[in-house]
Amino acid sequence: MKPISLDNFEFTGHEAAKLGDLHALDAHDREQLLMSGVDVEEQGRSGSFLHMDHSGAYCKTNRPGVEILNIKDALKKYDGLPEYFWKLVDPEKDEATRKARDVLHGGYFIRAEKGAKIEEPVQSCLFIKANKAGQSVHNIVIVEEGAELHIITGCAVSHQTQESAHVGISEFYVKKGGKLTFTMIHNWGENVAVVPRSAGYVEEGGQFLNNYVLLRPVKYLQMYPTITLGGTGAVARFNSVVVAPKGSYLDMGNRVIMNAPDTRCEIIARTIASGGTIINRGHIKAGQVPAKGHLECKGLILGGGVIHAIPELEATVEGVELSHEAAVGKIARREIEYLMARGLDEDEATSTIVRGFLNVDIMGLPDKLKQVIDKTIAESQKDMF
Amino acid sequence: MLHIENLHVKIGEREVLKGIDLHINPGETFILFGPNGSGKTSLLMTLMGLGDYAVTKGRIIFKGTDITYAPTYERARLGVGMSFQRPPTIHGLPVRHLVRMCGREREVPVERLARRVNFDQFLERDVNAGFSGGEIKRSELLQLMAQQPSLVLFDEPESGVDLENMALIGREVRSLLQGEDTPRPDKSLEELKRARATSGLIITHTGYILDYINADRGQVLYNGHLCCEARPRDILEHIRKFGYQECVRCLDNALA
Ligand SMILES: Nc1ncnc2c1ncn2[C@@H]1O[C@H](COP(=O)(O)OP(=O)(O)OP(=O)(O)O)[C@@H](O)[C@H]1O
Ligand SMILES: [Mg+2]
Repeated sequence: MKPISLDNFEFTGHEAAKLGDLHALDAHDREQLLMSGVDVEEQGRSGSFLHMDHSGAYCKTNRPGVEILNIKDALKKYDGLPEYFWKLVDPEKDEATRKARDVLHGGYFIRAEKGAKIEEPVQSCLFIKANKAGQSVHNIVIVEEGAELHIITGCAVSHQTQESAHVGISEFYVKKGGKLTFTMIHNWGENVAVVPRSAGYVEEGGQFLNNYVLLRPVKYLQMYPTITLGGTGAVARFNSVVVAPKGSYLDMGNRVIMNAPDTRCEIIARTIASGGTIINRGHIKAGQVPAKGHLECKGLILGGGVIHAIPELEATVEGVELSHEAAVGKIARREIEYLMARGLDEDEATSTIVRGFLNVDIMGLPDKLKQVIDKTIAESQKDMF
Repeated sequence: MLHIENLHVKIGEREVLKGIDLHINPGETFILFGPNGSGKTSLLMTLMGLGDYAVTKGRIIFKGTDITYAPTYERARLGVGMSFQRPPTIHGLPVRHLVRMCGREREVPVERLARRVNFDQFLERDVNAGFSGGEIKRSELLQLMAQQPSLVLFDEPESGVDLENMALIGREVRSLLQGEDTPRPDKSLEELKRARATSGLIITHTGYILDYINADRGQVLYNGHLCCEARPRDILEHIRKFGYQECVRCLDNALA
């Protein structure tokens, strides 16, 4: 598939009005947000951020210790964020990064202050409402020394059929002993092209835990976030749950560069092609010991499609422990029969096994979000059998 | 409850059951003996409608319904329940969830049932993931307790089970087959009546399970044929003394 051309989309003229309150959204958009993990009641959230089309629409912090700003305001406040802005992603990298360098619509700046344990997640949504709109955002997340933060970020379009493009730069900084859990839920539409460019840096004893959920169709998605474990004892973990229905083309993966001793990483992807194409990459590179990394891509093809798993391990020093496990399979007949012997019909048995395969439970998400995801999985199974 | 008539079953080209006739009445428990490879597990799998077991002749009637070619879930919903000897692992499916599903529309008191088979510590584990032999048995039993079948198919309840757990399993198999061993005010009369009408078809080599249940009848399955109907204890005693050699003679006579 030929990468999309960003020139076909409008990167100017779609400034959205500021919202006083997330309730100001209409019922349809609220529903779209809910599917992306955003609770308009802001129950159990430390703060909220909403970016719509070409501008920030809502930004609110509910807890001390966490700072949430529109990136444009953060650049003003912190003199252009010289230590963080475009420090992990090269603006010259490709068409997407050049576009993001030339056009900045907004994005979030989220920072957990030193030692702050922010228990309830911060929620954010990057939303596209206008047809033909091209959206370009730049996000920066900083977890200061010893701080803990969970961000749930959804990306959504207002109408499943609209044509649009999203360019997003994200740079993550986890300082010494910090912990960032970053959960991203993509709810794009069948005519949307998405090219995020993300990178992160984890210092000594820091942890970066990433959950990614994509269950809805998206025309074209290409992303390959790269995390560098730069300090002793740093940890990175990726869990991805991905479904590609007919019309979806996904080229995605995770990369971890282990540049310090005692680092650990795990990249786990569960993918289902139900008519679409998934290129599932994974790359662990280790140049220090001890270093332990595991890469796992498991795929099912249900109702047609393509899965192309490309796991890569790269070790440049003696003593590293890296492993990978890639499998593309089918649902075992024995498992279906076992559940049928308990009274489940064939469809119930199959969908139970599929839900278990995707295993969203291990992400430890808030109940309400988990319920929404379960519901979306149930809906997406219509394409599978 | 169960009527098997002249049942012939093939796996691929090979005939493993060669004309089985068996009747089990409501509330009756039937014990199946037989040497390794004689077809006992094949009979249970065929009754449940599993795997590559192809019925080539004969019929299976359960509660008056011909289920010879019925899909597995229909048999289960009619009331056939089976304990698997080597059940598959299902990743991402916690035991708790499966036990709840076993009840279909009925609400299952998962915790209470699990405590009875000493399995409450396992409810969050994925089904059969790394379970030991004895744990598999308790997990299967727990699922059957939730399912409340009217015919219990149990393949070697004692294999891989330690003595302490044997007592526990024996007790629970009994309560499954013969109604609760202690009165339970939370059970309706209807449920108690149903419990008493439960039938069983149990495979055993050692006969330990006989210490716990009232088994009325038994038979030996030998090379795809049933023979030597007697009281289970007598059959066991006979096999202990003479092995299965006697069965050969008995069968020869019967088939002659
Ligand atoms: N899937 C299969 N493919 C080929 N042969 C099979 C298959 N399943 C069972 N058999 C064969 O059918 C015969 C009967 O097997 P079965 O498992 O019913 O024996 P069993 O009486 O339960 O033995 P045991 O006491 O050892 O459990 C055996 O010879 C076995 O090898
Ligand atoms: Mg057997």
